[in-house]
Amino acid sequence: MVQSIVLSGVAIGCIYALIGITYNVMFSASRVFSFTAGTLGMLGGVLGALLIDRMGMPVAIGFLLVLAGGAIFGIVTEIVAVRPVLRSLEQHLYVLSTLALALIIQQFTAIEWGTDARPFPRLFDTARGGFDQQFWLPMLACVVVIVGLELLYRHTLVGHAFLAISEDTYAARALGLPERRLRMASYALAGAIGALAGFAGGEMLLAFFGNAPLLTFYGFVPVALGGMGSNRGAVIAGLLLGLFQQAANFLVGGIFASVAVFSVFIIVLLARPEGLAGMARQRRV
Amino acid sequence: MDTPAAQLRPSRANVLGSTFVVGAAVPFLALLLIGIAFPLFGGGYWGLIATRACVYWVLVSGLNLIVGFAGQIAIGWVALLTLGAYTTSVLAAGNVMPAFSPYLALAIAAVVGGVFGLIIGLPALRLRTFYFAITTLGFATIVTQVALAWQSVTGGGVGVAGPIFPAPFSSQWGFYYFCFGLAAICTWMTANVAASRFGRALTAIRDAEVAAEASGISKPALLTTVFVFSGALAAVAGGLFASLQSYITPDAFTLDLSVLFFIAILIGGRGSILGPLLGTILLTVLPEFAAPLVAWSTFLYAVLLLLIVLAIPGGIAEILDFKNRRPLESHRAIIPRPDLLEPLLGTAPDAGVLTLERVELNFGGVRAIDGLDLEIRRGQVHGLIGPNGSGKTTTLNVISGYYAQQCGEVRLNGAALPLLARHRRAHMRIARTFQTPRIVGSASVLQNVMIGGTIDGTGTFVESLLSLPRHRRDEATLHDTAMLALAAVGLERLAPVRADRLQHSELRFTEIARALMLRPAFLLLDEPAAGLSAEEIGRIGGLLVAIARAGTGVLVVEHHPDLIFDICHHVTVLNLGRTLAAGTPAEIRSHREVVNAYLGG
Repeated sequence: MVQSIVLSGVAIGCIYALIGITYNVMFSASRVFSFTAGTLGMLGGVLGALLIDRMGMPVAIGFLLVLAGGAIFGIVTEIVAVRPVLRSLEQHLYVLSTLALALIIQQFTAIEWGTDARPFPRLFDTARGGFDQQFWLPMLACVVVIVGLELLYRHTLVGHAFLAISEDTYAARALGLPERRLRMASYALAGAIGALAGFAGGEMLLAFFGNAPLLTFYGFVPVALGGMGSNRGAVIAGLLLGLFQQAANFLVGGIFASVAVFSVFIIVLLARPEGLAGMARQRRV
Repeated sequence: MDTPAAQLRPSRANVLGSTFVVGAAVPFLALLLIGIAFPLFGGGYWGLIATRACVYWVLVSGLNLIVGFAGQIAIGWVALLTLGAYTTSVLAAGNVMPAFSPYLALAIAAVVGGVFGLIIGLPALRLRTFYFAITTLGFATIVTQVALAWQSVTGGGVGVAGPIFPAPFSSQWGFYYFCFGLAAICTWMTANVAASRFGRALTAIRDAEVAAEASGISKPALLTTVFVFSGALAAVAGGLFASLQSYITPDAFTLDLSVLFFIAILIGGRGSILGPLLGTILLTVLPEFAAPLVAWSTFLYAVLLLLIVLAIPGGIAEILDFKNRRPLESHRAIIPRPDLLEPLLGTAPDAGVLTLERVELNFGGVRAIDGLDLEIRRGQVHGLIGPNGSGKTTTLNVISGYYAQQCGEVRLNGAALPLLARHRRAHMRIARTFQTPRIVGSASVLQNVMIGGTIDGTGTFVESLLSLPRHRRDEATLHDTAMLALAAVGLERLAPVRADRLQHSELRFTEIARALMLRPAFLLLDEPAAGLSAEEIGRIGGLLVAIARAGTGVLVVEHHPDLIFDICHHVTVLNLGRTLAAGTPAEIRSHREVVNAYLGG
């Protein structure tokens, strides 16, 4: 039993961490937390099931199309819900605009795809049980994303430009960086990562429209606890969250797990609003 | 000239005020009449819809104070509806304990809702917008999960029967009138709060939090109260909802419902009662007119939300605000009337002194203030000048509690001021203005000035809710004092105008009027002359001198040497966080180092 708790805990934790990274990538490009992070995860699962199961596409092509779909939705988010609001003085409007977009997609999915949770296809033809693909796929996706982002940020020019934008938008613009295009690229990247999370975790989460708000919440917990913008923090907090949740699920039941996660989240945030790894910021008057 | 018309003049503002109130009440009275007469022309099904609108409004009216007034994005408020529905149903059904009367069950649900409203609300006191939004969302998902899993009490997925209120409320129209009555009471109560100092303080927290603190408004105390009240209303709405549905399962409380409540407020417009009321009616009725679209209703609400956020952030209320579309006079001069300061500020008190003793403040490695001594006396104007980055505004922020000094003391009449206790500065009669005016743009100039007098109210939140005598006395006093303050700074004629329509210079004078509402012992001004014309600078100088003459100690941070030398009794020149020179204007003007480093010439 310990084995299955650890396996499913780490796997779920990896999905949460990936959604957390989705939040972070969007945040570092625009200083905006977007409600669409969980929606991307949901879309990854639903699109995967739609393309591979229902339309019978080969796994590889379905996978690439899912990533592309996520990237496109990321770009749409930037254009429709983020860019118009960044210009406005009341910046909290982004909470509402991204919420509206997330709901639009979620409801559209509920109507067109249905409100039942449907199975997600097995991607590889292996026997079930043990260290199954439903567990190692999310883990693999998480490792690939972390290593990929690290390489991107440290070793490529575009990655340096991303970092420059997230450090200081105005200075980056003054240096002549194409801030708007970089922001769109970041949202496309975030979209692909979010869709990947849902695709890799499809077998565990199923293709279900209701995953959107769940992932939006549970994916934000690692961001809040790990410190916003910190991918390392998100991964550590995400894994802890997944393990804790699965252990509580197995040992004392689902209600307690949800209530406990929520309570820990609130208490930690009340005690340290900047997250466990973050730094307090001075207020400006 | 002693005609009846001339005698009436002094009270004209009041007459105008009351016609305004009557005018604003017309739509509410119309809705009241329609609501009472509704059974005459509504069929059975429309009765159901109308009852539903009333139930929703009981929740939305409370949520409106949180979302529309305080600007807190509480998305998952449906959790409290769920909680109220289950508490009422379970207690009334008696499947766990002996059955309660439905009314008692509803009352208990209100208490439970109040407690949980507080719990959900607590994070808002410390967390930023998105964090708070997501905690309410998390809470909503968890409440549904608990309802689903706690089968012994809630019946799990099978559900539980809703309460049935005994006659005369058991029939369809009886129940309608019960809900309608509660909805009307909620409208009346929240309108009372909206028009009270609490309502204004909430909008100040939303749009100008820093100014709210400087006016002595305690965000935690106020928000806590509002969360309890709003939670209780939501739970009552839940009990009614359960009765209306006659049977409840966790499926009934989807996030869609929460979105409906939330969007009703935003469509209606923030800071309005009528707007969200119309929004609630609209969203409840709309799907009925488009039967084939019922499945798409939440989708359409979401589209509507996006459009409103992007196109008309002001909502219905802004569209209905005809009064503020009339053009203002284009040439309007601000003529302060210093003679009114004495009735406003009272007679000159005894001597008092605000001192800084060897204050030091570092930001990381940067020494912003480096052992500063300062003494500001009541009845005098003290100027603080110096180049950019010399620590002038930082000094102001230490005095008013935004920064905590690492060494040294700030003393008021010898007693050390507590570090960082911002809103307590107002109770010590230390008022301030800001470099960029901090104003509630959507409120009138008068309301903005009244915010400054919030701490002088004596009535409690409940008294305002029920419009008891003490509340009405508070409001009358605040209104008159604020009109006096506006007249003193010369903005009387702009009192009813939306503040965001004012010119920059007028906002500066509005801030001074707001600060005067505290009858300040000390008034701190951060670059009051920035962006003003030469003429206006002369007037603001005269006003500050008059304020000091009335017994207030005035500290002015400024970049205009002429203004400083004209009005100050004492000038301190800062450089790199230290005193470069201090003395009378004449001494400073001839101080060699100051001339070299700062004044030039």
